Amino acid sequence: MRSKRGNLLSLWGTDDRDRDARYRVYAAYLEAKSVSVVEHEIDAGTTPAYPGIAEIFPSAPRMERAIFDLLGIKSMQADYRGWLRHAGWPNEVFPLRRDFDAKSQYSVISEPYPFVQVEGDGVHEIPVGPVHAGTIEPGHFRFSVVGEKVLRLEERLGYNHKGIAKRFEQLPQRRGHSLAARISGDSAVTYSWAYCAALEAITRTPCPRLGAHLRALALEHERMANHLGDLGALGNDAGFAFGLTHFSRLKEDLLRTNQAIFGARYLMDFIVPGGVATELPEDALQSLLGQYAALEHEVLSLRNIYDNHAGIQDRFREAGVLSNELATNLDAMGLAARASSIERDLRVNLPWYPYNNLELKAVTQAAGDVAARVNVRFDEVFASMDICRTLLEHLPDGPVRCAVPDAKPDQLGLGIIEGWRGPVLIALETGADGSIRRCHAHDPSWQNWPLLEYAILGNIVPDFPLINKSFNLSYSGHDG
Amino acid sequence: MLKTISQMIRSGILTEKIESRPDPASDSKELQQKIWRLLGRALSIRHVDAGSCNGCELEIQALNNPYYNLEGVGIRFVASPRHADMLLVTGPVSVNMEEALRRTYDAVPEPKLVVAVGDCGACGGIFGKSYASRGGVSEVVPVNGTVSGCPPSPRAILETILETICAAGSQPDATHER
Repeated sequence: MRSKRGNLLSLWGTDDRDRDARYRVYAAYLEAKSVSVVEHEIDAGTTPAYPGIAEIFPSAPRMERAIFDLLGIKSMQADYRGWLRHAGWPNEVFPLRRDFDAKSQYSVISEPYPFVQVEGDGVHEIPVGPVHAGTIEPGHFRFSVVGEKVLRLEERLGYNHKGIAKRFEQLPQRRGHSLAARISGDSAVTYSWAYCAALEAITRTPCPRLGAHLRALALEHERMANHLGDLGALGNDAGFAFGLTHFSRLKEDLLRTNQAIFGARYLMDFIVPGGVATELPEDALQSLLGQYAALEHEVLSLRNIYDNHAGIQDRFREAGVLSNELATNLDAMGLAARASSIERDLRVNLPWYPYNNLELKAVTQAAGDVAARVNVRFDEVFASMDICRTLLEHLPDGPVRCAVPDAKPDQLGLGIIEGWRGPVLIALETGADGSIRRCHAHDPSWQNWPLLEYAILGNIVPDFPLINKSFNLSYSGHDG
Repeated sequence: MLKTISQMIRSGILTEKIESRPDPASDSKELQQKIWRLLGRALSIRHVDAGSCNGCELEIQALNNPYYNLEGVGIRFVASPRHADMLLVTGPVSVNMEEALRRTYDAVPEPKLVVAVGDCGACGGIFGKSYASRGGVSEVVPVNGTVSGCPPSPRAILETILETICAAGSQPDATHER
């Protein structure tokens, strides 16, 4: 798969001992124009194990550690420090096994986590988190520095793990989308669409065309809102508070538009199995086109200010560089990959309806630095606006949703949607009587968090917030 | 520079009037004075994400945009719990964040207020209680105010912050002793 220039998209495991006395590990690979899933069966012995793929795909180790934490299936890799399991449940207990009672609660015990030590003259460590200084999600960063230069960064994640995979198994198929939308709140549309796509693939009930148009409209609004927020925050992190003020204003305008058009600022419950929850209000078309025109004008003028501001360009350029070679080898995904000239956007490479009817081109930048990730965001905001206009111009007739029947048991369906951060995957396996047997959700942040550990090398500690923000990865989506 | 200034002038002042439920007539100036009377300075808030999906975080961040202009009414977010009067906690509280939340709570000087944000912060939301989640914020630290919603709007969060301060102001012993 690697020799065909494929990248690892996701890795997950299941406990099928009740069915055929086996565990299974699945790997999904992303190639230029296709996705392949490889299934590996493991006899349920005392210590289930499989040959890992970490040597071929450097993004795999954390996923393999997570599989061990949740299912107790080992790969052959050396690092078995708890990744999702900190000390909240005992190390001989595996929550995703069938015989684990979802309601079990354990008291937290203190357990050491050995970080890799860097030694030498004048090297010292800076621990940061899990509670950060800003209004952001929890995670821990351990910097080894000399003076102000970063020699090494080691991330420790998993603080946000709230047992989503196990929770899915307690929900009926018809309600899974509500949980999916809340895996990462900034990507509610992406996740709920991916979940519904998986369920609709299993039940062979495609979403009506009008519903798909409205889903795409919501997905592009989600992309624009996040990009606008990031552009403001990046300006702020470079010492340009003006940028935050104006971009946060534009983001608020867009969220209020969402409220008027879709009935909520963040679209947690808009996408439902079979379509979308509400129709477009009557005057929506005119009001949206007017909004886009105003937004386009504002973003153009702010981009002009950013581009010509020597101070922020000095901070943006050559900060946090991720080379194309590293990005390719480390399975970089989505926006971060495109800023290191990887031309891959699933809306273009693996387009689904309505994206397969649009003429799109992936937005790329070559430099791989903060400035490149800023420019990808600017270009994608404009591209999203064009997509929205085209979607609105060609709104099909018909219903916005159709009825989805309960799926047959033991079916596996995949839903993959390119969100604003990158491709999100949902692998849904059905159980009897409309239940969920297993649901694996994968965030592109799994691949992209390790990139940050490389991009920061040789930069100064005060640039970390800026470089981190330029990736803006999900903690909750990763921790699950 | 000229472009920056002209952009500022074009946008003008966008801050909207705040209507808090306990005192609908109050405008931002009155609110500022109320906070001043209660605290003698700006209200300092430390946010803690104890396991949220990031939805509530986005709406809390929105409080700083020009429409809500939180700093304009004398409320600011601070970087350390040691500088805070109030914790704004989003959840469900994950077991992996339980200790960090307790430690953050302990680091806030008395008197301290806690507002639980969102359906998950209020009761655990869709995640509920499990091997990995303790449920609502009040399962782990004492809570003075709760704002539900998924996510709650910035305005709802702001109103609950104000109600909680007003309630604490009228009952000085309402804050939790440890």
